[in-house]
Amino acid sequence: MSRQHSTSEGRAARLGLIALALLFLGFFLVLPLLAVFSEALKQGLGAFIDAVKNPDALAAIRLTLLIAAISVPLNMVFGVAASWAITKFRFPGRNLLVTLIDLPFSVSPVVSGLIFVLLFGANGYLGPWLAAHGVKIIFAVPGIVLATVFITFPFVARELIPLMMEQGKDDEEAAISLGANGWQTFWHVTLPNIRWGLLYGVLLCNARAMGEFGAVSVVSGHIRGETNTMPLHVEILYNEYDFVGAFAVASLLAALALVTLVVKSLLEWRFDLHSGAKH
Amino acid sequence: MTTAHPKRRLFLAAAAATALTAVLAGCSGGGAKNGNAVQITNVSYDPTRELYQAINPAFAAAWKAKTGQDVAFRMSHGGSGKQSRAIIDGLDADVATLALAYDIDAIASKGHLLGADWQKALPDNSAPYTSTIVFLVRKGNPKGIHDWGDLVKPGVQVITPNPKTSGGARWNFLAAWAYGRKAGGSDAAAEAYVRRLFAQVPVLDSGARGSTTTFVERGIGDVLLAWENEALLSQKKLGAGQFEIVNPSLSILAEPPVAVIAENAKKHGTEAVAKAYLEYLYTPEAQVAIARNFYRPRDPQVAAQFKDQFPAIQFVTIDKDFGGWGAAQKTFFDDGGVFDRITTAK
Repeated sequence: MSRQHSTSEGRAARLGLIALALLFLGFFLVLPLLAVFSEALKQGLGAFIDAVKNPDALAAIRLTLLIAAISVPLNMVFGVAASWAITKFRFPGRNLLVTLIDLPFSVSPVVSGLIFVLLFGANGYLGPWLAAHGVKIIFAVPGIVLATVFITFPFVARELIPLMMEQGKDDEEAAISLGANGWQTFWHVTLPNIRWGLLYGVLLCNARAMGEFGAVSVVSGHIRGETNTMPLHVEILYNEYDFVGAFAVASLLAALALVTLVVKSLLEWRFDLHSGAKH
Repeated sequence: MTTAHPKRRLFLAAAAATALTAVLAGCSGGGAKNGNAVQITNVSYDPTRELYQAINPAFAAAWKAKTGQDVAFRMSHGGSGKQSRAIIDGLDADVATLALAYDIDAIASKGHLLGADWQKALPDNSAPYTSTIVFLVRKGNPKGIHDWGDLVKPGVQVITPNPKTSGGARWNFLAAWAYGRKAGGSDAAAEAYVRRLFAQVPVLDSGARGSTTTFVERGIGDVLLAWENEALLSQKKLGAGQFEIVNPSLSILAEPPVAVIAENAKKHGTEAVAKAYLEYLYTPEAQVAIARNFYRPRDPQVAAQFKDQFPAIQFVTIDKDFGGWGAAQKTFFDDGGVFDRITTAK
């Protein structure tokens, strides 16, 4: 009763809030996005396509996809395993693990990159051994993968831990008491329960893996056509006054993000049809 | 349980798709090295991109004609100090083409990757091209800036990066110092002049390109202290007419050096081609490409050909007037040096 009262009375306030939200959204999200695309197409579609077809740009796109394709599945597996362990079991050091998972969020990306230089650089702790065995980590693809995995470490686990904490372990206990083994329990009980959180975590993880700049910049070595990811390539082109090129690659990066969002919506929609919109 | 199956299939499909992408992406890329091809990694500083884009194919053709071997190039560009650090940390450079001898000295002293006397390996202090510091002012030169003395007039805002972090900014600082010393006749007068100059700097960016952006894009300041090659390039890229270049009466001769990183080249078996690559920079053909990309050529004939682009300026040099980079770094830019003194005691 009282709730309905307050909503009818606050109509003006509600409209005001909606307008404010839309204004903010327009100003801080839609406008920059449009600016990116319009800058990219400023000299016509031909210039845009040329910029994207440039071998260095293609190499950057390929590298970015490769990095995401390696680091996202790794962190998906790790995230599920960690949140499973943290929420379904009690063990000493559990709180420490929760805190450690958050570490990459609290450390500046530049520092994260430097950690790897310190470890694997020519004068780092493991550098001389690696050099003697002909293994290249820093200033090569493995270093970029390591830095990206480190940076995107918490995304999946951070999504899943609160969700699984809230769900408790009643369902799993029921499954096990009915004779399911651990794998069956995970596959048929836990996974369906956490699928939305997992999907969301993976998407965030993917977005960051493709977009990471700071840590990757430190370990990349900036070799054109080889160790430049898309964000690094955008910065280089911008600094070289190649604004069309910079914004063309930037708009591709933005488009990848948009595609990710569309895929998420599509998946949600399909699942809703199947499961009768219960989640 | 029955509803779990379609979901499960979807998850499997998603996992399979991810794995497939990984495999596809993994297949492409990665350079092959066979007997008749060689690869050189050139680690350079920011503004040389266009220059080496012109030089590399020309050298590749010359090397192929001479030896029958194909050369591929890996280029890396970044701030000179950062690039030097990266080579010390293990970036696989066969040659370093940086902004300051000091940065290659660091590779020799901290990384032990080349001999300390590297600068004697090639002519002209191993600097096949030079540049200098000039002023970039806004169209029509509204503040009437013609020489260093005009920079400290009231109301003039000067844009220069921070000498602590930027190689280019150190050249700016030393050029200003040289003017102050010449105008006032003593080091004390020079210090008074740079103190006044830096009091007129509203933003100290960390790098040369950052300062250019501050001046050109953000429209801050009346005069930018810039590399001549950067000033000419930004005029060309951003359209002539928006800015004007002012050549001061006195400036500093900047000698961006090149060197073979001997230990890396030995490891890669690229010593001969790396050496030939750097020697090629001194040929008339390369010198013309150098001049076209706004660096001052060493070759007197090429220099004569481009004399309109590079007006005569009286130069001081780092070795003659400042006792080399090691001494200049210590006196002016290390912690507790002159730069700290003039900026803290404001």
